[in-house]
Amino acid sequence: MKGLAELYVQQFKTTMAMMFQYRASLLIWMIGHVLEPLVYLIVWSVVATTGGGSVGDYTKTQFAAYFIVLMLVNNVTYTWIMYEFEYRIRHGSLSFALLKPVHPIHSDIADNVSSKVLTLPFMLAIAAVLALIFHPALSPPLWAIALFIPALLLAFLVRFLLEWTLAQAAFWTTRVSAINQTYFVLLLFLSGQIAPLSLMPHPVRILADILPFRWMVGFPVELLLGRLTLTEALMGLGVQAAWVIIGLVLLRVVWRAGVRVYSAVGA
Amino acid sequence: MSYLRLLAAFFRVSIRGELAYRVNFFVQLFQSLLGLGIALGGLAVIFSFTDTLGGWRPDEVLALVGVYFLVGGMIGLVIQPGMEELIDSIRTGTLDFTLTKPEDAQLLISIRRVEIWKLIDIVLGLIVLGTALVRLGGKVGGGEAAVFVLMLVAGGLIIYSFWLILATLSFWFVRVENILVIFQSMYEAGRWPISLYPGWLRYGLTFIVPVAFATTIPAEAMTSRLSTITLLGAVALAAVLLLVSRGFWRLGLRRYSGTSA
Repeated sequence: MKGLAELYVQQFKTTMAMMFQYRASLLIWMIGHVLEPLVYLIVWSVVATTGGGSVGDYTKTQFAAYFIVLMLVNNVTYTWIMYEFEYRIRHGSLSFALLKPVHPIHSDIADNVSSKVLTLPFMLAIAAVLALIFHPALSPPLWAIALFIPALLLAFLVRFLLEWTLAQAAFWTTRVSAINQTYFVLLLFLSGQIAPLSLMPHPVRILADILPFRWMVGFPVELLLGRLTLTEALMGLGVQAAWVIIGLVLLRVVWRAGVRVYSAVGA
Repeated sequence: MSYLRLLAAFFRVSIRGELAYRVNFFVQLFQSLLGLGIALGGLAVIFSFTDTLGGWRPDEVLALVGVYFLVGGMIGLVIQPGMEELIDSIRTGTLDFTLTKPEDAQLLISIRRVEIWKLIDIVLGLIVLGTALVRLGGKVGGGEAAVFVLMLVAGGLIIYSFWLILATLSFWFVRVENILVIFQSMYEAGRWPISLYPGWLRYGLTFIVPVAFATTIPAEAMTSRLSTITLLGAVALAAVLLLVSRGFWRLGLRRYSGTSA
């Protein structure tokens, strides 16, 4: 346990040093992460204005709140592991990670978290500027703010575990880009990034509840917007916890099988 | 003329190279269809709540999506691969080989890499555009079509010059690939009519990153919304940027000869 803590601290330092080295790429990543929710915020605002001030159960200012919170939640939960993993396997650098006495997921988590720690202040500043421009309506009850924190952490875990598992498709195929893109399309529609899920057609909403995507992004956003009842919020946290367990099991099974295939190729 | 022959040669080489990986065609087709699915799915959701989007009717936005794919395909076909290789070859020094060739180096680097599977995006874009035009009915005359093609060419040249200027920056700075990533994410904003955006963003997407010229303006020409001033402005900007990027490229090259020695 102590060794693991040291590993995390060391990985924090390494990632921090690297991020300071590549400040420009940091900025660029952030532009991408701001622009997409911003575009949908604007498009839905225009639709709301045309429709006399609201669309479905969202007013213009509520759309602003939705997409600004979405931007932050998405920034906290996203991973780039699918690209990274393909690179590691293609270039064989995974072999070094396998030699280490700890599971490689630990350094990935530490790397991800430390880069988030660095970007979060900037994202909060951008969110503040967007709030000045678009006047979001955000007045959640206190309990929703309290539950938002565990919901956000669980969302991060669900997304990290499932994307880490999916990234291992690279053990079996060299065409992971098609798999990744399919995943991103599903994520875009079913996690609420194109529109709040309550505006989606009924079948899409059911699908979003069954699949893990809503629990990675949409659920914490809806929670902080005060759109869920206490029961719905608690049940949502339960579903997230269940997905964390499913993710852990899947990760273990797939990782064991994958490493076996990898060693066969690399030998 | 000889440049067209060169371009044809690069195309042939690229096709021969890619035919060894035929499954890639289906992978690319699949990915392009997914991209189109995102665009059309988003439109379907939005137009289930409204009839017009900032004054654009569904079929007009559909035409814009067609242009978005068409131009995106053109960028991905030659502009992007060429510029990425340019940045790489400046860093690794393999630009030397290009400079020793008896043709103009700027043209060579611009056309030598062809990503032929991006033709799929171009074809899909044309199909979407065609569908939109049929649904709009006979409102598109020969004049509009001519202006459309003119705006498409102007937009293409503006984007090309813009990328060349950015790629040329790598004579001074090592890591500029990321700027190209910025353009990719900015280009996504061109899937919607630029007029939707608030002023600051509209100016940004027109003059700082010229996405508007690539998608909205050609689509405006097709749906007869284009003012004469915009038309002339686009043509003038294309000419100016082409000259500026040429000059900048030469400036960068002078610096390169210093470092590779």
